[in-house]
Amino acid sequence: METNNFILLILGMGLVSFIPRWVPLFFLSKKQLPPLLIEWLELIPVAILSALLIPGLVTSGSPRVFTPCSIEMLVALPTFAFAWYTKSLGGTLVVGMLLYWGAGFVM
Amino acid sequence: MSYAMQEEELNSSPSIKSALIQGLLAIWPICVGYIPLGLAMGVLGEKAGLSPIQVGFMSLCVFAGSGQFIAVSMITAGASIPAIVLTTFIVNLRHLLMSSSLAVHYQGACRKKITMLSYGIVDETFAVNLNQLKNGPWEIDKAIVASYAAFFSWVGSTTVGCFFGRFIPENAFGLNYALTAMFITLLIYQLNGPIFTITAVIAGAVAVGLSLVMPGNAYIIIATLFAATAGVIIKKWRQPRGNQ
Repeated sequence: METNNFILLILGMGLVSFIPRWVPLFFLSKKQLPPLLIEWLELIPVAILSALLIPGLVTSGSPRVFTPCSIEMLVALPTFAFAWYTKSLGGTLVVGMLLYWGAGFVM
Repeated sequence: MSYAMQEEELNSSPSIKSALIQGLLAIWPICVGYIPLGLAMGVLGEKAGLSPIQVGFMSLCVFAGSGQFIAVSMITAGASIPAIVLTTFIVNLRHLLMSSSLAVHYQGACRKKITMLSYGIVDETFAVNLNQLKNGPWEIDKAIVASYAAFFSWVGSTTVGCFFGRFIPENAFGLNYALTAMFITLLIYQLNGPIFTITAVIAGAVAVGLSLVMPGNAYIIIATLFAATAGVIIKKWRQPRGNQ
């Protein structure tokens, strides 16, 4: 990526990351966010994580095609189970990477 | 508490020292946890064609683990600048909630310190600071120390990871799966009840459906906004029935 474009990208990313962190803390000293907005915001992380994760597991290629039995999906099942029981981010990262690495040798 | 605060005001140097020590004691596990995550992020940045300076600059300006991972994967995929910025915005919108829940605790605090603290709000620093606030007084200085210690650990480990990235072959040790494994864990952290699971299922299904029929990455945002809205509607629809 060209340097000027990269700087533009990073400044843009920085700005949109800073504003949601700064505005409530700086301006909302007594007022609270509207309850409906809070309920909606509470569901954003789970929605975006699922939207980011699932297509990567069950689709591939360009244009994308449906591949529900990909290596990514097969590795995701034990990784999901490990994460479910341990709740460990670092541990799951290592287990998922090793399983994927191992699956590359087997398949 | 008032006695301790008076004493701290009388003698500012020990209070700075105690803020530093207490802040670091609370945050060190997060700093250590950031190291493998940051190294993985740095290596992926190198694979996306970024230099250590660029990765360090990104961590310094953005400071958002999942946001940066996603940005790097979008850079690799050749996404446009507005698409990456918009996705970053949606991913980091959750910090709005964390910032507003910290606002209650730091109502009278100095504006400069509030701005400083807000820059350091991410999932992990928020969790640590909130936990301290639940257990007793946790002055804004301590919260700032804790947040910035995590911040510097992140900037350092991502930059170092990018520097060593060139010595690590493509997808060695399953590195390409780091992001997926992280998303899986973060998703599980978010499954705090049936409505969250329903929202996740809707988002996943809509995202898969849209990704098959439309090129690019816009399906991520559309599926997210659709699923969160649907989740709120389902919640509202279930609530009155449950109360009757």
